[in-house]
Amino acid sequence: MSTIELRGITKTFGSFVAVQDADLSVAAGEVVCLLGPSGCGKTTTLRMIAGLERATAGDIVIAGRRMNGLPPQERNIAMVFQFYALYPALTVGENIAMPLHHQAIGKAEIAAHVAKVADILHLRDILDRMPGQISEGEKQRVAVARAIVRDPNCFLFDEPLSRLDVELRHTMRSQIKAVLSNLSRATVIVTHDQLEALSMADRIAIMRDGRIEQVGSPHEVFARPANVFVASFIGTPQMNLIEAEFKGYGDGKATVTFGRQDVNIPAAPAVAALAPGRVTVGVRPRAFTVVPKDTADTIDAVTELIEPMGAETLIHARTRTGGDIRVVIPRDKKVKVGEPLHMIPDPMQTHIFAADGKAVRA
Amino acid sequence: MAADTSIWQRIGFHRSFGVAEAGWGRTLAVAGVSFVYFLPVLFIIFTAIKPQALALSVPPTLSPTSLFGLIPDQFVFTPTLENFSSVFSRVMTGGGQPEPTGFDRFFFNSIVIASASVLLALVLGTLAAYGFSRYPLKGNDTYLFIILTTRMLPAIVVIIPVILMFRAVGLSGSYLGIILLYTAFNLAFTIWMMKSFFDELSTDVEDAARIDGSSGTRVFFRICLPQVVAGLAATFVFGLILTWNEFLFALLVTGPDTRTVPVAMNQAVSSGGRGTDWTLLAAIETLFLIPVFLVTFFLQEHLLRGVTFGTVRK
Repeated sequence: MSTIELRGITKTFGSFVAVQDADLSVAAGEVVCLLGPSGCGKTTTLRMIAGLERATAGDIVIAGRRMNGLPPQERNIAMVFQFYALYPALTVGENIAMPLHHQAIGKAEIAAHVAKVADILHLRDILDRMPGQISEGEKQRVAVARAIVRDPNCFLFDEPLSRLDVELRHTMRSQIKAVLSNLSRATVIVTHDQLEALSMADRIAIMRDGRIEQVGSPHEVFARPANVFVASFIGTPQMNLIEAEFKGYGDGKATVTFGRQDVNIPAAPAVAALAPGRVTVGVRPRAFTVVPKDTADTIDAVTELIEPMGAETLIHARTRTGGDIRVVIPRDKKVKVGEPLHMIPDPMQTHIFAADGKAVRA
Repeated sequence: MAADTSIWQRIGFHRSFGVAEAGWGRTLAVAGVSFVYFLPVLFIIFTAIKPQALALSVPPTLSPTSLFGLIPDQFVFTPTLENFSSVFSRVMTGGGQPEPTGFDRFFFNSIVIASASVLLALVLGTLAAYGFSRYPLKGNDTYLFIILTTRMLPAIVVIIPVILMFRAVGLSGSYLGIILLYTAFNLAFTIWMMKSFFDELSTDVEDAARIDGSSGTRVFFRICLPQVVAGLAATFVFGLILTWNEFLFALLVTGPDTRTVPVAMNQAVSSGGRGTDWTLLAAIETLFLIPVFLVTFFLQEHLLRGVTFGTVRK
């Protein structure tokens, strides 16, 4: 059984806490992305799974076995590094064969294994070259080939696509996904690119300052962010997070005040339990409907900047209280700079976050 | 030719646009400076093949060939190999038959002592440097600093306690003594050099090797060492040159059997009471140049080659 389980792992460097009390489990065949801004502890977490860093506290269980005390060479894992970490003095073929040298198999069998993965990743023609003589995309594929050439407990990827150009990144993303789906191993991918995470992962763990903020499917973290950080981190353009005053709840609607403007927003019953006070209202830029002037319960703002994005148009607008709102509208809808904009947020995509930043939901 | 071409550009000093080949003007300027640097060596080599009588002649003879009549006859000498044979055997004071001078032994000593101590320092120093680079101790820099302090004092100061200690334990005049002494001195240099080479390497590659199942030893020998071959070559050459030419320690710590060439050279010149035999001295120096010259020449390829072939950047 190829699974990974992290139970309350913590890593401190001196007084700096890199990872705090992280829990995560990855099932066989599942791909989990660790997503977060730079320095959030995601790579440290990965390195602890690999055994390249020692966990300060907590348990790391791989394939049902507690691995804390074991060095990387005894964990039977495969890892792809951000900068590929190919062995510069060995040819591409020797690079791929390297993990097999520690298994008791003959030369012919090693060659067969290498040939097999070289075929999968289209590396047949460059097996005799040195790593210095091949392109970035090829290096990437060699690194993946070296990882899948044997039968490890799990796969770890550290920012695997960050060094490729946009087009290549696209191809590699689907190629890696296809390769992984055939192997049914637990896989952890570290990335700071949400698009990469959303497209490759079965589940995403979003990290900030050493803590895992939310774990969920790509749909879940997008549609039901657990807190303000996740809400702001996932989705482009970024979710609008508007500071407001919560007044009360009734009739399935929450009454909030933006400046002097009272707006009734449909909200989950759980909001009723909230004490009146400051909240943050989160609405995705695509979740607004622009309506004519006299409609009730609109959020009003003035258009400041218009950015056509092809199929849609992104509008930066300013509310009466001076807050910045981003709205995406269809291309055919015409607006001009300086014009007032009246918007109704989609109730299904409106989130109310309490003063502590946590989402209030049923 | 364009109107804005200056005289400087015409004689080969181009304006440079980014990195590009320098052109003839600058190349010739550098060649001129290089020639000045090489002049003493050339002078020694020419003196070594001059007849003894012409060593100090005025005006000096400058060339073994007239270069097809280019150089006037009065500056040309007839080359001879006699000086080289008298390095190893010659008539000593008082006349009579030529006697062996023992220089074959001294050259052998120099080669054995220098190569043994530099290689020993390279092996120990590389291992230590890897340790300092990859498994830093608490207060790592302090230890590195302390290692270097041995090189901070003038050799003449350091040698006094060394002589006393060597006398006490009986290492004076032995091969082991001088080899250990040179090794200790080369170690500081080797550790610092090799540490900087190891520091340059991407540790990801080593991590990858560990994950692929390699033990620490295998990571060091299969992954790390091949990447610092250029560093090993450079350290070896510099260490060899320093050790090969060392005079003071050798003078004070070696005995008649373990004497190295620089010491023997000094004695060959100052003994005899007939004044300095310049052509003999030049012949010894020329022979003395050859081994280091050859080693440097053969390791040049490694010295010039890039360290990591451009695959890993830190």
